[in-house]
Amino acid sequence: MTPELKTFQREQEEKYRVQLPVFEGPLDLLLHLIKQNELNIYDIPIALITNQYLEYLDLMKSLNLNIAGEFLVMAATLIHIKSKMLLPLEDQEEETEEEDPRTDLVRRLLEYQRFKHAAEGLAWREEVWRDVFRRENQPIEQAEEEVVLSEVSLFDLMEALQTVLARVPKDKVLEIIPDELSVRQRMSQMMEHLEKIDGSIFEALFEEERTRAAVIVTFLALLELIKLQLVTVQQIKIFEAIWISKAPECKEVMDSEV
Amino acid sequence: MEDYELKSILESLLFVSTEPLVLDQLFRVLALEGQEPVDRGQVLMILQKLQEEYREMGRGLQLVEVAGGYQLTTRPEHAPWIKQLHTVRTASRLSRPALETLAIVTYRQPVTTPEIEAIRGVDCSGVLRTLLERRLIKIVGRKEAVGKPMLYGTTQEFLQHFGLRELSELPPLKDLEEVTREYPDLAEVGQVPVEE
Repeated sequence: MTPELKTFQREQEEKYRVQLPVFEGPLDLLLHLIKQNELNIYDIPIALITNQYLEYLDLMKSLNLNIAGEFLVMAATLIHIKSKMLLPLEDQEEETEEEDPRTDLVRRLLEYQRFKHAAEGLAWREEVWRDVFRRENQPIEQAEEEVVLSEVSLFDLMEALQTVLARVPKDKVLEIIPDELSVRQRMSQMMEHLEKIDGSIFEALFEEERTRAAVIVTFLALLELIKLQLVTVQQIKIFEAIWISKAPECKEVMDSEV
Repeated sequence: MEDYELKSILESLLFVSTEPLVLDQLFRVLALEGQEPVDRGQVLMILQKLQEEYREMGRGLQLVEVAGGYQLTTRPEHAPWIKQLHTVRTASRLSRPALETLAIVTYRQPVTTPEIEAIRGVDCSGVLRTLLERRLIKIVGRKEAVGKPMLYGTTQEFLQHFGLRELSELPPLKDLEEVTREYPDLAEVGQVPVEE
């Protein structure tokens, strides 16, 4: 039994929580929003960014995703910057130039961006060298796999989820408490389904769901399957559809663990 | 020793080696008792000749310089067939958070956990543990500051994993203005970039 499944079972009484360790982080989210909105990083419209950022946190909350403290700190930071920018300009008596309240944030974003770029360079090299074998190429085992959404980020999935949620009527019940059993059932169903067909686009997985709660349960089931590495998620670039398929060589794992 | 003899011996040594062979190691090994001392220049020249031969004769092996030494490896084009053997296992790819963290350690070493976390804006302890387990980074000391935090740096394993001869082979960090997509499509990559 994997460590992930132990955690899973431990939380039976509580509300179902998806714990994705080493979530990309607030800076990552901000850069994503900046890119998505095609904003100028040197002149960020703070109100817009803050609103979108908070919207994302709301979505994460409604999915019962663990929001790391850093996200909340950033939320507070954004609100703080926004309020500073809304203050009326000081009288021009004092020549002191107030630093643009966004400066520190922009500096941090740029610094992070530099290393993201460097990481891409490393990824490229790594990919090339994976095909080169040496004597006794050591198989490197990782004790605890982080969630690896290598080609599709959690944000992409959540955006796709928003689209699906948009066309489903809002439930009368305000709070969604997907219970562990329904998520597990959905996981089994999904795997069976993916077994029969070669794979599916993201939206198609939700075709049968009529309620918001059902959509959420399906989404959580998918996330858990991703975490257990039982399915792979890819993005077909041209159409930007997200493709879900059964991970290769996972049949034995499925039988013993679910 | 004759060139052809030396070449043959070097090839054997390279074949059995599981780690890149550093020149010093080679000289030490070649200085067998009773044998005539080996000329360093000769060894270097023979290694280069071997490299050329493998390349020009379309052999299935190549001699690469990696992690400060020499190693025999297969050619990347043959990967599909080699993987069919199922006796080799490709190392799993590093995740994006792992790569970002590794990039920070690479370009800022020696560096502490708080310094890394300040750049990424998230907790990095999990990722760092993974990277330590995979021996891509190691503890290189402690910082002379409050709490004496540990300092991290990259390893030889790191150089091997990324096919680098040495750290200076990496491109410098980009200024933001230059940050554009400039890495070619992987489909276009046929040859290993480490060229002699």
